[in-house]
Amino acid sequence: MKDSSRRGFMGKAFGGFAAVGAVASLYAMKKSWDPLPSVKAAGFTTLDMSAYKENELVVEKWRGKPIFVLKKTAKMVSSQTPVQAERDVMIDGSHYMIAIGLCTHLGCIPAYKPSTEDFLCACHGGQFDFSGAVTKVPPPRGLDIPPFKIDGNKLVLGEVGPEYQAMKDTGITL
Amino acid sequence: MANFTKATSIKDWLNQRLAIEKVEKVMMSEYWIPKNINFLWAMGMVLVMTFVLLLVSGIFLLMYYQPNVATAFDSVNYTIMREVDFGWLWRHVHGVAASVVFLIIYIHMFTGIYYGSYKKGREMIWISGMLLFVTFSAEAFSGYMLPWGQMSYWAGMVITNLFSGGSLHADFLVEWIRGDYVPAQAFLTRFFMLHVLLLPLAIMGLIGLHFAALRIPHVNNQDGDEIDFDVESKKYLAGDKAGSKVIRFANDFMSKDMMVVGVYLVFFFYLVFYNYGFAMDPVNFDPADGLKTPAHIYPEWYFLWSYEILRPFSVDVGLIAFGFAQVIFIGLPFLDRSPNTVPASRRGLFKYWFWAMLVDMIVLTAMGKLPPEGIFSTIGFVAAIAFILLWIALPIITKFEKKI
Repeated sequence: MKDSSRRGFMGKAFGGFAAVGAVASLYAMKKSWDPLPSVKAAGFTTLDMSAYKENELVVEKWRGKPIFVLKKTAKMVSSQTPVQAERDVMIDGSHYMIAIGLCTHLGCIPAYKPSTEDFLCACHGGQFDFSGAVTKVPPPRGLDIPPFKIDGNKLVLGEVGPEYQAMKDTGITL
Repeated sequence: MANFTKATSIKDWLNQRLAIEKVEKVMMSEYWIPKNINFLWAMGMVLVMTFVLLLVSGIFLLMYYQPNVATAFDSVNYTIMREVDFGWLWRHVHGVAASVVFLIIYIHMFTGIYYGSYKKGREMIWISGMLLFVTFSAEAFSGYMLPWGQMSYWAGMVITNLFSGGSLHADFLVEWIRGDYVPAQAFLTRFFMLHVLLLPLAIMGLIGLHFAALRIPHVNNQDGDEIDFDVESKKYLAGDKAGSKVIRFANDFMSKDMMVVGVYLVFFFYLVFYNYGFAMDPVNFDPADGLKTPAHIYPEWYFLWSYEILRPFSVDVGLIAFGFAQVIFIGLPFLDRSPNTVPASRRGLFKYWFWAMLVDMIVLTAMGKLPPEGIFSTIGFVAAIAFILLWIALPIITKFEKKI
């Protein structure tokens, strides 16, 4: 009896240590798969906004992702609905669509057609208008807007400015 | 220690130490196979042969492949294809086998469904087989990444995005799986590890389980006969080889298996030497470019049916339907409520269910390849709904089936 209780204690103690070890190694395994510090640090891109032409989509690169920059024409700006207008990024008096160029469905890059002023994602048939708002499912929401900070005539991607924070707070982007 | 005597032969020497005669009996000469089974039962052996071809060709590819985003594409398309003597052979064997293995798996699966080989007593054979299917799918996907072409990159992008769970926005999970914001170096190296080590290990373990699951319930047969293997094997060992319903696996039954494997290998190497192109997507001969999506993204043919179930719905419903399609086959032994272990042709409505399911999956496969526009989109939608309805109908129609 004395023996068996001693064995029982040994078993429980061993089991306890093994459980702690298992949790610790699972934690290490989880952390090993996290993005590396160098990957996280390379997360800023600065754009000079004076170079863009109206209704001409330029694809920039930030964190390996394509970033759509579209300078809106006067006609686009005047015809915008409130939903489209609230997605505008205003820099130096011009209206821009700035968005991560990945379809919010499964991450393909939608193609821009300047003639119809909208985007078509060939993978699953999703469509977006010139402001990046979704016009045809399956995409669940408009194109995501990357964190940005307006710095005079420049735009810094990856830094959170007040304009971006406002968009995030009102739920315009995720 | 056991009692050892002076060995009379090399076999006897080994037998005293490794019990090879016993192993030989269990694995081969007294592993009993029913006589009334047709060539469809040889698909297991065909799969073993294909797996060996994949393993050997993979080892040769591994020696020159470089898992680096800057060099991976050229190591496959230049070094292996042009510089390494017979590198093209290993690549074409590997590519064709990776595609054909799914054709054989599907034949193997539908044979099992048709003859009721998943029923009572054989559930573990079915479940371990479906686990193998899932692991093979992961193996195929991780291998598809390695040449780091356009289709590799975008397949990696799309499939890992599935893990964000639609409206759950679990982007942290996607970034964790990739080790980066987009598929990049960390992604390539870890999928390389999965493809050459972890998943093949899992596959080999599961093949062991799949074989072990056969030992007690034994292989089913063409008529669903319940054979008393003890009685029949005694009859055979007593010399009544013609009267017994069973034969030895080796060398008697294996000669038939090898005949089928032989015919298969003729077909296989015809594909390798003259028609390897079907297993190589032209889009994947462009190097990966994170800033340019190919016009149409579609998976290899063997994933098209489940891809098409994902596609016609909004994102959350699509993901649920896709998840359903991935796991529902595992539940087959429990969803089929009829006790009849006979071919589908002798059963009630199940006969129609079987062919409806087969045709539906072929339609889904065809629609999955076509662009998601117009009438094809509608046909795909109807076929996806039909797939789900068929599974819901299965327990009901089999419950009312008469006992044969």
